[in-house]
Amino acid sequence: MQAAEMNAVRAAESLLALSQQEELVDLPNHSLSASEDEGDSDGERKHQKLLESIGSLDGKKRWKLAERSEACLKVSEFNVCSEGSGEKLLLSDLLEPAKTSSSLAAVKKQLNRVKSKKAVELPLNKEEVERIHREVAFNKTSQTLSKWDPIVLKNRQAEQLVFPLEKEQPNFVPIEHVLSSWKARTPLEQEVFNLLYKNKQPVTDPLLTPLEKASLKAMSLEEVSVSSPRHAMLLPAFALKPRNHCKCHSLQAKMRRAELQRARALQSYYEARARREKKIKSKKYHKIVKKGKAKKALKEFEQLQKVNPAAALEELEKIEKARMMERMSLKHQNSGKWAKSKAIMAKYDLEARQAMQEQLAKNKELTQKLQVVSESEGENGAEEEELLVPDAVNEVQMCADGPNPWMLRNCNSDAKGEVQKDPEQPPEPVVQEVSESEDERPGAEEEILLHEFEERRSLRKRSELSQNAEPVGSQETKDSSCQEVLSELKLLTQKLNQKNHQSRKQKVSSVRTVLQVQKEECALEEEEPVLLQRPERVQTLEDLEDLGHEEYSQNKELPRPVMEEEKAEKTSNNQTDAPKEKKKKEQMIDLQNLLTTKSPSVKLLAVPTAVEELEDEEEKHQKQIIKEAFAGDDVIRDFLKEKKEAVKANKPKDVDLTLPGWGEWGGIGLKPSAKKRRRFLIKAPEGPPRKDKNLPNVIISEKRNIHAAAHQVRVLPYPFTHHQQFERTVQTPIGSTWNTQRAFQKLTTPKVVTKPGHIIKPIKAEDVGYCSSSRSDLSVTQSNPKRPSGHHKKQLKKISRD
Amino acid sequence: MKVKMLSRNPDNYVRETKLDLQRVPRNYDPTLHPFEVSREYVRALNATKLERVFAKPFLASLDGHRDGVNCLAKHPKSLATVLSGACDGEVRIWNLTKRKCIRTIQAHEGFVRGICTRFCGTSFFTVGDDKTVKQWKMDAPGYGEEEEPLHTILGKTVYTGIDHHWKDPAFATCGQQVDIWDEQRTNPICSMTWGFDSINSVKFNPIETFLLGSCASDRNIVLYDMRQATPLKKVILDMRTNTICWNPMEAFIFTAANEDYNLYTFDMRALDTPVMVHMDHVSAVLDVDYCPTGKEFVSASFDKSIRIFPVDRSRSREVYHTKRMQHVICVRWTADSKYIMCGSDEMNIRLWKANASEKLGVLASRERAAQDYNQKLKEKFQHHPNIKRIARHRHLPKSIYSQIQEQRIMREARRRKELNRRKHSKPGSVPVVSERKKHVVAVVK
Repeated sequence: MQAAEMNAVRAAESLLALSQQEELVDLPNHSLSASEDEGDSDGERKHQKLLESIGSLDGKKRWKLAERSEACLKVSEFNVCSEGSGEKLLLSDLLEPAKTSSSLAAVKKQLNRVKSKKAVELPLNKEEVERIHREVAFNKTSQTLSKWDPIVLKNRQAEQLVFPLEKEQPNFVPIEHVLSSWKARTPLEQEVFNLLYKNKQPVTDPLLTPLEKASLKAMSLEEVSVSSPRHAMLLPAFALKPRNHCKCHSLQAKMRRAELQRARALQSYYEARARREKKIKSKKYHKIVKKGKAKKALKEFEQLQKVNPAAALEELEKIEKARMMERMSLKHQNSGKWAKSKAIMAKYDLEARQAMQEQLAKNKELTQKLQVVSESEGENGAEEEELLVPDAVNEVQMCADGPNPWMLRNCNSDAKGEVQKDPEQPPEPVVQEVSESEDERPGAEEEILLHEFEERRSLRKRSELSQNAEPVGSQETKDSSCQEVLSELKLLTQKLNQKNHQSRKQKVSSVRTVLQVQKEECALEEEEPVLLQRPERVQTLEDLEDLGHEEYSQNKELPRPVMEEEKAEKTSNNQTDAPKEKKKKEQMIDLQNLLTTKSPSVKLLAVPTAVEELEDEEEKHQKQIIKEAFAGDDVIRDFLKEKKEAVKANKPKDVDLTLPGWGEWGGIGLKPSAKKRRRFLIKAPEGPPRKDKNLPNVIISEKRNIHAAAHQVRVLPYPFTHHQQFERTVQTPIGSTWNTQRAFQKLTTPKVVTKPGHIIKPIKAEDVGYCSSSRSDLSVTQSNPKRPSGHHKKQLKKISRD
Repeated sequence: MKVKMLSRNPDNYVRETKLDLQRVPRNYDPTLHPFEVSREYVRALNATKLERVFAKPFLASLDGHRDGVNCLAKHPKSLATVLSGACDGEVRIWNLTKRKCIRTIQAHEGFVRGICTRFCGTSFFTVGDDKTVKQWKMDAPGYGEEEEPLHTILGKTVYTGIDHHWKDPAFATCGQQVDIWDEQRTNPICSMTWGFDSINSVKFNPIETFLLGSCASDRNIVLYDMRQATPLKKVILDMRTNTICWNPMEAFIFTAANEDYNLYTFDMRALDTPVMVHMDHVSAVLDVDYCPTGKEFVSASFDKSIRIFPVDRSRSREVYHTKRMQHVICVRWTADSKYIMCGSDEMNIRLWKANASEKLGVLASRERAAQDYNQKLKEKFQHHPNIKRIARHRHLPKSIYSQIQEQRIMREARRRKELNRRKHSKPGSVPVVSERKKHVVAVVK
C-alpha cells in the first residue's frame, strides 16, 4: 500500500516537472517557429508524454528517468535513454554493435535467455520483511488453531464433560524393572533375598525354578514308568514319546502346567457358581431351574431310549419309583400349611386359587403313569402353555379393574386399536419382535407414563384456570369442556374394551404380547408430537436445551389444537368419525377466535382513513365484506364485558353458610328460607376502590401480590428470550418426587464431572481424533534457520506487490 | 357379598438380600403431588443456605519460607507435590497430604524469579536474580550427597521467568528477550525479540505446544511461534500485563492478568477485542491460573484476595481472603481441579478448596445424587431474588469493601462525564466504545 502511494506521489511529481519542462521547451519553440510538421510532431510527443505520465499514475510503473531533450557530447552509460519516450531500453539495441562478430554467439544466446526473465526487484528494508514474516506466520498459526474450533464448540455445549478426558490405562511395570532399581538394605530384606537366592528363584522368567525343574524331571521319569491311564490322558505327550523328554522337557512342563491351571480355574469357577446358586433365595428362580432340569432329564432319557434301551428301562424304573413315592407322600396334596392358607384365600383371591390349581396340576402330573414318553412330553408342553395362559389373563384383568385408573386408561387406549386389528395379523413374527425389543421396553413404558402425567397435569392446570374464570380464560374453558368430552369418550371406550376383553379372554394371551409391541410403537410415534406440543413440563435435558434455544412461536394457541387432534385420533381409532369432526369444528372456532382478537382493531383503523371518492363502489363492496366478516363482534362492547367480568372476578365473594334442611324441611325443590339465608350470609368487606374505576378504557389487574413479589423474578434472565420459556423451565420439576428414577438421574446430571485424585491433563490432539505432527517442535526449530522458505518468499512478493 | 382384601405380590416388596434398599413403590401421578414449583423452590432455598453454611474453603497453610513466596509450580505426575520459590532464593518442595516441607534448597542468590517442572516430573528448573538457570533433580539427594543442581547455565542478563515445553526437552526463559533452550545445550537455540523492554513472563501453550505467549513491561502481550522462530503478533493494552495463562482445553484462548485490576480473556486469532473482561479485583492482578477443566480460572491480586472466575462470566463467583494473608503473588490450581494454592507476601502458602462448600472424601451414591440434585435446584432457581441474594453474599474485609465502593463511585462519575460530553457535542463525535474495546490500545502486526 505504501509503495503504491509512493508511486502515485512520484508520478504526480513527474507530471508537474514535465509540464514545467514543457513550458520551458515551448518558449523557444514559439520563438523559433520551425515548420508546422515539426510543431505537429512535437505536439504529438507532448501528448504521448502526458498520456504516459497519466498512465503511470495508477502506480503500476516505476519512476522513469526524465528524458534529456538537449543534445550532449558525452553520453554516460548510466544515463542511457531510448529513442522514443516511454520505450524501454532493449537488450537488442545494446547488442546491435556486437551482431557482426560471430565469436560472441554463445554469449548472445545466453543473453537472449536472460532476456526472457524479469529484472530483480529491489529488496525491502529489514523491518518490513520482518513484519511480513510475522504476518505470514500468524496466518499459518491461526489456521492450524482453527482446527480446534469444532472441538471447543462441542465441549462448550456438551451436556456433560467427564474429566480426565482420556481413559487412563494402568501401566503395569514388569517385576524385573522394579527389582533392578531396588536393593535389599535392611537385614530382614537381605535375609529374604538370601532365601530366594538359595532356592534360585528366577526373577526374569518365573515359569519354573531350577529346583522345580529338577523335581519335574524326576517326576516325569516316574510317570513314564508307571504310565497309568489317567496320566496318559493328562499328559498325552508323555505317553506317546517316553524317551524324548530331554528335548521337549520344557514344552511338556508348560503343557502340564497349563492343564493343571485350567482344571483349577474350572473347579474354582464351578465352586463359585454353585455357591452363588445356593445363595439365591428366589423361589421363582429355583422353580425355573427345576423345570429346566426336568426337561433336560427327559431329553436325556429319550436319547438313552434310542441308544441304550436297557439303561432306559432302568431309568424308567427309577421314574416309576419316584412316582410311587410321590403318591405315598402328602406332597402337593393341598394339605400343607401353605396350601390351607391358600385355600382360605382362594375364595377371594384369584392368584391364590391359581396357585392351588397349579399345585394340584403338578400332583397330577407327578402321579401320572408314564406310558409313551413322546406323547406325554407333548401333553406336558400343552399343559405348560395352559398354565401360562391364565397368568397373562389375570394380569390384564388386574389392569382393567385395578386401583390406578390412568394405568388402565393408558393400557386400554393403546389396546383399542390393536384388538380390532389383530385377528387378521399372524402373531408369530411380532412375538419375535418382542424378544428383540425387550430391553427397550421399560424405557418406552416410562415415556408413556410420563406423557400421561403431562397431560393430566396440564389438564389440572387448565381446569383451575377455567374455575378462576379469568378474562383470558374464555378459550381455556372451551378447551376444558372439550377435554371433558374427551374423557367421557375415553370412559366409553374403556367400557367397550372391557367387554371385549372378557369375551376374548382366551385369545388375549397371544394378543397381549402384540399389544406390548404396539404400545412401544405408539410411544415412538408419540415422541415427535411431544416436541411439537411443548407441554408444560419438559422431560429430558435435551428438551430443556431446546427450550432455551428455540424461539418462542408467537401463536400460543397452535400447539393445543394439535394436541387435541392427536387425542382425537387416539380415541377415534374404534369410534365413528363424528367426534373427530367435532374436534375439527372446535379447532376452527379456536382459529377464528384468534383472528377476532387481533385483527379487527387494526382493520377498523385502516378502513376510515382509506376512504376515497373515486373508488366508492369498490370501497363499499370491501366494507360490506369486512362487515360481513366481522358481523358478530363489537370490540367496544366486548371490552366492556371483559372489564365487567374482570371486576366481578376480582371482587371478594360473600360466604354463604346456610345449611339446607337444618331446622326445617329439606329436599329437592325446597330452598332454605330467605330469612335464614340472610342470617347466615357473611358479607365480604368492601375492598379498596379499583384503580381503573375512573378509567373506562383500561383494565388494571390487581392480582399482583406484594408478598409473593419478593420471591418472583422481575427481569427475564439472560439466556431466555420469552417469559414463557423461563416459566416452563421453572415449572418443570426435577426432583425424584415427581419423576421416575431414570428421569431424575437424567435431569440432575452434573455438567462437569471430575474424579478425585486423577490428574487432568490438557486436551491432546490424539484425544479428539486428530493426529498431531510426529516431529517434535524442538527438532523443527533446530532445522529451521532464520531464513524465509520458498513459500515465504512467494507470499512476501505478493505482499510487497500490493 | 364381596369382600375386598389387600393382597400384594411379595416380589414387589421383599428384598433379595438385607443389603438391598427397601423398594418404595411410588405413584407419580401429578395430582397426588401438587405444588411442585413451590416445594422445589423451598428445597433450592435450603440448598443455597446450606451451601453458604458449609462454605469453609480454607484447608491449610504451609509455613516455612523465610521470605515472601514468589513462585509456585505443580508436579506434573504427583498431586501431592508442590514446589515453591521465595524471595530469598530458597526453593521448597512440599507434600500436600502431610502438609509438610520435604526438601529445602538454597537455589539462588536474590529472588527465585521463576520455577517450572519438566513434563516427566523427574527434574525442575529455576531462574533467579543471579542470572542463572539451574536444573535440579526432583528426588532428594542420598545420604551424604550434596545438594547440587544437575546443570547450571550462566546468562548475560537477568532472567525473569521460565516455562518448560509440554512435550519436548526444551524450555523458554524471558528477560531481555525470549530465549528457547535445548536442555542439552548452554546456548539458546533461538532468541526472539520485539521491542526493547524487559519481559515479565513467558508461557507455553499446553495444546499447540509450539506457541508461546509473553508479556512485557511496555504494556504489551506478544505471541511467538517456536517452530518458525518468529513473533506472531502483539497487542498493547492500557497498562502492564503481569502474566498470562493459556486455557488447557481451548488451544486459542488465554487470559492475561493486568495491572489495571482486570483480567482479559483473548482469542489469540482476534487480539483486537478480548473475548471477555473480568473485573472484580480492586488492585493489580498478579497471577492467574486455569482450572484443568478449562471452565474456570483463579486470579491472585495485590488486594490480598484471590478470586475465581468462570471463563464466560465477567464477574467472579468466589472470593477468598483471610486476615493474615497479604498481597498474593502467585496462585495455582491443582491438577485434579479440586484445590487452589496461593503463595503470598507473608511467607505462607495456603491451600483452599476450589468449591468452598464441597464435601471432601468419598461420597456414597445417594449422597452424590442429593448433591447433584441440590446443584441443579440452585441452578434452576438462581435468578430468584431471595436465592440470588443468599448465594451471592460474601463477607469482605473492610479495605476491599471500601475500595469497591470507591471504585464504583469513580466508574459512575466517569460514565456520567462521558455521557455529558456526548450530550453536549456534535452527534457522532464522541462514539460509544464498548468495555471490551476500551482497554486495547493497539494490535501490532
